[in-house]
Amino acid sequence: MINLTIRQMAGLLAEKSISVQELNGVFYDRCRAHNASTNALITLNDELNAAEILHAQQAIDVGNHWLAGIPLVHKDLFCTQGIKTTCGSNMLANFISPYNATVVDRLGQAGMVSLGKANMDEFAMGSSNEHSAFGPVGNPWDLTRVPGGSSGGSAAAVAARMVPVATGSDTGGSIRQPAALCGITGIKPSYGRVSRYGMVAFASSLDQAGVMAVSADDCALVLSAMSGHDPLDSTSAHASTWAWEKPQDTELKDLKVGVTRAWIDALEDPDIKQRTWQAIEQLQDQGAQIIDIELPHADLAVSAYYVLAPAECSSNLSRFDGVRFGHQAEGVNDLESLYRQSRTEGFGEEVKKRIMIGAWALSSGYYDAYYLQAQKVRRLISNDFKQAFAQVDVIACPVSPETAFEHGAKADGVSMYQADQFTLPASLAGLPCLSMPIGFSQGQNGRLPIGLQLVGRYFDEQTILSVADKYQQTTDHHLQLPEAFQ
Amino acid sequence: MSINRKELEEIASLAQLNIPEQQVNEITASLNQVMAMIEHINQADTAAVEPMSHPNDGHQITRQDVVTDHSHKSTLLALAAHADADHYLVPKVIE
Repeated sequence: MINLTIRQMAGLLAEKSISVQELNGVFYDRCRAHNASTNALITLNDELNAAEILHAQQAIDVGNHWLAGIPLVHKDLFCTQGIKTTCGSNMLANFISPYNATVVDRLGQAGMVSLGKANMDEFAMGSSNEHSAFGPVGNPWDLTRVPGGSSGGSAAAVAARMVPVATGSDTGGSIRQPAALCGITGIKPSYGRVSRYGMVAFASSLDQAGVMAVSADDCALVLSAMSGHDPLDSTSAHASTWAWEKPQDTELKDLKVGVTRAWIDALEDPDIKQRTWQAIEQLQDQGAQIIDIELPHADLAVSAYYVLAPAECSSNLSRFDGVRFGHQAEGVNDLESLYRQSRTEGFGEEVKKRIMIGAWALSSGYYDAYYLQAQKVRRLISNDFKQAFAQVDVIACPVSPETAFEHGAKADGVSMYQADQFTLPASLAGLPCLSMPIGFSQGQNGRLPIGLQLVGRYFDEQTILSVADKYQQTTDHHLQLPEAFQ
Repeated sequence: MSINRKELEEIASLAQLNIPEQQVNEITASLNQVMAMIEHINQADTAAVEPMSHPNDGHQITRQDVVTDHSHKSTLLALAAHADADHYLVPKVIE
């Protein structure tokens, strides 16, 4: 039951082999059983939501929708009315939103049942889920290791099959990298595909909501329900409604796959290098034409991103002043001290660091040299992709240069930032991209998942999801379960 | 680019944060490490390049300026640590 795809679960629900209550009971019990070891959830609902169960059962009874009755958890930066939205921060430790994020509403309308809220790096800033005010998350493949971040709780919850689906958000790799490190599938759609309304903002020109699930088909079904223009988010595109068309075969004939050979050859981990080439050969065996491409400015992505994202974060997070909502410091006697002390107490160290980097990059004297220069580099990177997509339909490249590392192994923040090197270029360009499991490491660190990234043209989620779906129809890496969670 | 203690205090002031004395050296070193990494962007020749602020390339979508009469005052004030029926309460500003 726990390792079924959405279509398989929907089939059982439709033929009444299982009820919505029973299906959700199975996953809810797994959440209760495994949250102590993984810490994947910040909030597990006290009980199954009877109204959501009823709504889903009614939808199934009248023959509606694949998603009706499928359980999920939301990353804890999606606002949920009546349920805490902490964003992994002490600043919002007791914040209960008066409204739902559009993503939450749309998936609720589709009949999905929310079991709780997933752990995350504070305000989505981090690549290890170690920067959460609610404690680190254990990777189900090895609980002493990180699940990646910032959507680490979502990834761990799916990998442990505490839920079959979780929402996530991706600013610089926060869906793809944890998906890779936890052996699941995760998609960051094109910027503008999904409404950001009610998703706590980190860097507004980069943040995008997405899906983490077992398979590409699962991700696609959920993304179809999430996408579409939202009048409440002026950056959600008018042409953003999209319906997934599942491929009928496994052929990749006529598909041109671009490969950044230099990136792969430079990988230091021999398992990742070998699995990446093996996966590319598999695509070739299915009929794809492999073409070498270059993204000459991509090596500047880490530097550009760590100017732009902190700059936007310093602006977005200025709203947390202790007055209107969020943590307020006690015992201060003037307004300026109230602002500063509330923020100093409420934010964790990584968030404060990024706010300061952003404030510096936007300050007089440094704006042109850093912020404006980073925006120009962003243009160069975006142009690289445009040139590449004149030759190819999809780009295949690594997600992460390493498999899941041990908790505390990267005390040096900059080395964590540099590990984002493969996910940041597509983020800066706003392109759709996903991570899919392609096998496991076999070295001294044990059996740890490895992912492959597929990047598509702007608003062409269909192609990257089709490639991943066809790959997954001929492989079973995505169906592997960690031994302790079978 | 690297910063010293005085510049750290200026940045903290812009960011509306306090830096505890015992963390000054650690935070200065940490920010300097990031700034050294960021410096890399200046290797690119961007003389003829337009800045890119957004994937939508600056196209601002607007909506109709329609008056709505929904009041969420009590709901929103309830989120504050200190409020009365009509106001957010903060330390006294005007003597």
